[in-house]
Amino acid sequence: MEVTLTINGERVSRDVEPRQLLVHFIRSTPGLTGTHWGCDTSNCGACVVLMDDKPIKSCTTLAAMCTGHEIRTVESLERGGQLDPVQMGFHEKHGLHCGFCTPGMLMTARALLDENPNPTEEEIRTAISGQICRCTGYKNIVSAVRWAAEHEAAIKQEA
Amino acid sequence: MQTPGPFEYERATSVEGAIASLAEHGPEARLIAGGHSLLPMMKLRLASPEHLIDINDLELSYIEERMTEIRIGALTRHSELLESDVLATRFPVFGDAEQVIADPVVRNRGTLGGSLCQADAAEDLSAVCAALKATVVIKGPNGERTVGMDGFYLGPFTTAVGADEMLTEVRLPLRQGAGSAHEKVERRAGDFAIAAVSAAVWLQGGTIADAGIALAALGPATIIASRAEELLRGKAPSDELFAQAGEIAAEDSAPLADGRGPVDYKRHLAGVLTTRALRRAAARALQQEVH
Amino acid sequence: MATIETTTERPIGFGRLKRKEDARFIRGKGTYLDDIRLPGMLHGAVLRSPYAHAKIISIDTSAALEHPGVHAVITAKDLETLGLAWMPTISYDTQAVLAGDKVRFQGQEVAFVIADDEYIARDALALIDVDYDPLPVVVNARKALDADAPLIRDDKDGQSDNLASPLWEAGDGEATDRAFAEADTIVTRDIIYPRCHPAPLETCGMIADFNPKTGQLDIYNGNQAPNAHRTVYAHVAGLAEHMIRIRCNDIGGGFGNKVPVYPGYVCAIAGSIVAGVPIKWIEDRSENLMSTGFARDYIMHAEMCSKDGRITGLRVDVIADHGAFDSTAQPTKFPAGFFHIVCGSYDLQAAHVQVKAVYTNKAPGGVAYRCSFRITEAVYLVERMVDALALEMKVDPVQLRMRSFIAPDQFPYETTTGWTYDSGNYAATMHEAMRIAGYDELRREQAEKRARGELMGIGTSFFTEGVGAGPRKHMDILGLAMNDGADLRVHPSGKAMVSISAQTQGQGHETTFAQIVAEELGIPPEDVQVRHGDTDRTPYGLGTYGSRSTPVSGAAVAVVSRKVRDRARLIAATMLETRAEDLAWEKGRWYVKGDPEKGAMIEEIAAYAYSGEAMPEGMEGALDAQVIYDPPNLTYPCGAYIAVVDVDPDTAAVTVRRFIAVDDCGVRINPMIVEGQIHGGLAEGIGIALMEVITFDDEGNCLNGSFMDYLIPTALECPDFELGETVTPCPHHPLGAKGVGESPNVGSPPAIVNAIIDALHETHGVSHVDMPCTPARVWAAMQGRPEPPQ
Repeated sequence: MEVTLTINGERVSRDVEPRQLLVHFIRSTPGLTGTHWGCDTSNCGACVVLMDDKPIKSCTTLAAMCTGHEIRTVESLERGGQLDPVQMGFHEKHGLHCGFCTPGMLMTARALLDENPNPTEEEIRTAISGQICRCTGYKNIVSAVRWAAEHEAAIKQEA
Repeated sequence: MQTPGPFEYERATSVEGAIASLAEHGPEARLIAGGHSLLPMMKLRLASPEHLIDINDLELSYIEERMTEIRIGALTRHSELLESDVLATRFPVFGDAEQVIADPVVRNRGTLGGSLCQADAAEDLSAVCAALKATVVIKGPNGERTVGMDGFYLGPFTTAVGADEMLTEVRLPLRQGAGSAHEKVERRAGDFAIAAVSAAVWLQGGTIADAGIALAALGPATIIASRAEELLRGKAPSDELFAQAGEIAAEDSAPLADGRGPVDYKRHLAGVLTTRALRRAAARALQQEVH
Repeated sequence: MATIETTTERPIGFGRLKRKEDARFIRGKGTYLDDIRLPGMLHGAVLRSPYAHAKIISIDTSAALEHPGVHAVITAKDLETLGLAWMPTISYDTQAVLAGDKVRFQGQEVAFVIADDEYIARDALALIDVDYDPLPVVVNARKALDADAPLIRDDKDGQSDNLASPLWEAGDGEATDRAFAEADTIVTRDIIYPRCHPAPLETCGMIADFNPKTGQLDIYNGNQAPNAHRTVYAHVAGLAEHMIRIRCNDIGGGFGNKVPVYPGYVCAIAGSIVAGVPIKWIEDRSENLMSTGFARDYIMHAEMCSKDGRITGLRVDVIADHGAFDSTAQPTKFPAGFFHIVCGSYDLQAAHVQVKAVYTNKAPGGVAYRCSFRITEAVYLVERMVDALALEMKVDPVQLRMRSFIAPDQFPYETTTGWTYDSGNYAATMHEAMRIAGYDELRREQAEKRARGELMGIGTSFFTEGVGAGPRKHMDILGLAMNDGADLRVHPSGKAMVSISAQTQGQGHETTFAQIVAEELGIPPEDVQVRHGDTDRTPYGLGTYGSRSTPVSGAAVAVVSRKVRDRARLIAATMLETRAEDLAWEKGRWYVKGDPEKGAMIEEIAAYAYSGEAMPEGMEGALDAQVIYDPPNLTYPCGAYIAVVDVDPDTAAVTVRRFIAVDDCGVRINPMIVEGQIHGGLAEGIGIALMEVITFDDEGNCLNGSFMDYLIPTALECPDFELGETVTPCPHHPLGAKGVGESPNVGSPPAIVNAIIDALHETHGVSHVDMPCTPARVWAAMQGRPEPPQ
């Protein structure tokens, strides 16, 4: 069946089977391999993208279910050569090692700050509690999101 | 990553249409809402429906407070239940449960209807609705009917919803003096419960007019601890009373040993969590918070 | 980029430099295995055995072959014609690539499908019909050598039981007997380190691309030792080694899981050779958990003794469960890895260790998950025993450690089991941990809480581990010396490229190795490119695991940088028309002693070297050097860890409230990265202590084959780690650095378990509980009947 999704503001059309998972649809789109997968049971969160501004696990969604909705992936964060504050925060605070969980973490962080611009450490940990990182032990991810929260307003002003 | 077998897919545009399609395609058709129970099973090839009916476009997502009841649409997402001010005020048991159901990302998709119909004995919302003495609205080819939570679970993974029917709404009766709470123990955040208990009390004139106690992950299906409920009716709330109720609930639980724990530990939790849930429910009913 | 206040530190050399590799990862532009698509590429999938032990009567692939989009189905029979049905393991055993006669563990590889895409490949698996005849199963290592245990390795000539590796001993049995005879106090414990799994977030996989016209085999594969793998494939597949190229690109975590050669890799290579197109195989998560290299599974019996308030002796007996094939990875002469470092951080009178390894009907493996070659098992054992002894002696466990530590003036210290520890100041490290923790305050809080019925525990562990394998005269893997190379070239413009054989899987090598060059040569890190992960373009070496990147490759880069600096000195002398002895160095520049204005910067020296100007006598016109580094010894980082836990008295749920880690890993090249490594390992230690385990039922069914049941800690289970440091440089390492990657995994599980017991001993009489300390297991211990995991 023909499935047309809006990914990062662009319409992407492809003829796929109904069973094609959203994560595979995204990853088969040129330039969009930033969204990863890491498990079979919706536990790891490496596949997190935003649908209508809310984090979802793209491995547990059919591409066909997403027509009519806005999908945003990690590739949408940098705009016009300007990194998103969450991306800057992860770099400033060493919030990544191997980088495999990072796109999902970035999208959840972005959605969190959009809804709650000044989250506590507890709120950040809760927001990312559906996503596994094997490398960082989470401490620096929390610091990275806090950095983004603290600097976002100034970054927006400068830009 | 594991992938599902092939199937046909349609998007329902109305409840009637979805029901008609269920009838047309028979037992190989399944409704899909959040998909976070069904799709994982399909990816593991534990379920292989040939025809999926996507009901996400149906307008069944609402939380409406009426005079004598709260009506919640079956497609209301876990995250919406968690964020609802109405539920936080009237039935904080929802907030307790939602904080420990799956994880925040999954909660953006999973639905109330999907959780109840999945009928996993470990489902927290099943216990919540049972403790609150909810009724569910089921629509089928012959119209609409309501079923009480006490008649909803027919066995493991089996509900009163027929193969050509859809659960569309959950109704929670509103009565005076309500307090409710949910207690859960899990091996790790986001895991299914080792054991969980929802409790609700309705206080009138200093005594418990009614009580609802439901156990999750403590038997082959959600268990309503009726004997423990009966013990509480007409009595004044007290720690000793709640401890007694806990003992009875533990006796009436039917836990199965599995990777989460052995029978004796789960039975022990049934008692502990019943007591804790009742204490918090009563405190909320009295408008004090224990924690 | 916006001029927002950011970290301004931009050291030329050691320091908290932000990572260069972040640039692609934060944009989602990493190149992991599944991101690579090659023209004409097909997809492979492995059919796996549902049985733990069964004869294969027949395999019918006809329905799968007829399925649209399926190109081939390979079985053991096909591989036999290529001589690939069995492959050698790192432990000199053999492992079936595809099962022919029988299957020996649930999840074992039985057939390999090649199809147009991964969906079809998966569909095709369901169409392969295998007729099995189930056999009795043994999954309990204690029962593996029983007379009536089923023989698993009947494929091996002369194998009549399930012994995988003969008894291995270290230490002095007689001296140990004497120590015990003279002791005041003796404790005995049965302690299990259960099977767990490294479970990196990216699963294992490979793209094999054989070009039949040229005979070139291009391999894309996230693995931790690409050069060694290349040599193995040349040997196993009978291919010319110079025609094999392995590129790792970006790897989504390794933790030892990506060290072995897996059957899926060999199938992908065989498939590509036969089909002449690229074949991609990536396992799913259940395959990863059920068939790839697990970790630990040590069943230990130990006795420890003390005299006059000090620990004096240790005796350990181990059954090591290796699974169905012996594929543990460790240096050849050390079949039990470095387990004999179980003598610990204490000045013991004597110790004796013996380990025997058995086969069971489970996945093969055992050495993985940041274990430093079994040091995780060793430290867990000794640190649990120290606490057990302290309980028996009724002394504070920290005090017992302090009284028994090796003293600073005893280094280099030769242990009772043959190690020579390089340096350490254990008491200082321990004191620092206690200071950060506020140890005395914690004990007061514990007493107050206990009076109110609240259960709080404080647990300590102190570890000395050995990393950076290793000296070529002692340490090889499959006959390949554990040495690593570094090539450094300084270009005419003064920018540099250093090529290394270490293989990052997230450790930040593109930054830290540039920092080493920067420290030694004064070329800013952003002007140093680190090249790795391509066997055609990097020197030979044994890769990254066992925390060896800093001790071995880091040393190689320091030495090669100094070689370049020495060459630069000679060139500078020619440029400045003076003698080399008259020059002094400041970072980035040779200058004339006594006339510091007169000098040559490294960029100027580089430009000169490549110009037509006269070079010093006998020197070629370039500024580069190559080194293969042979470490003289392991390095010995140490650490003091303190865990603070709360145990719910009714539900027995354990929360790690605080975790204090003071590491002494010598000199730290990039403290930010060192701290990050520690955070990550502590989280893994929490997982191992509280929730991670791979278990089996009596039929050999794996019960933890998905992330629903193999539980990994989330951000909610990990506290805000509190780190400290002491710095005792390594005397033999060029930078004084020791390495740290595995220390947190080594030190944290015993601290947590010690804390749980500390919470429960006085009120509930608990003196031991085995990991994982799930609520159910802790509750059972509180009822007075702790149960081992199997």
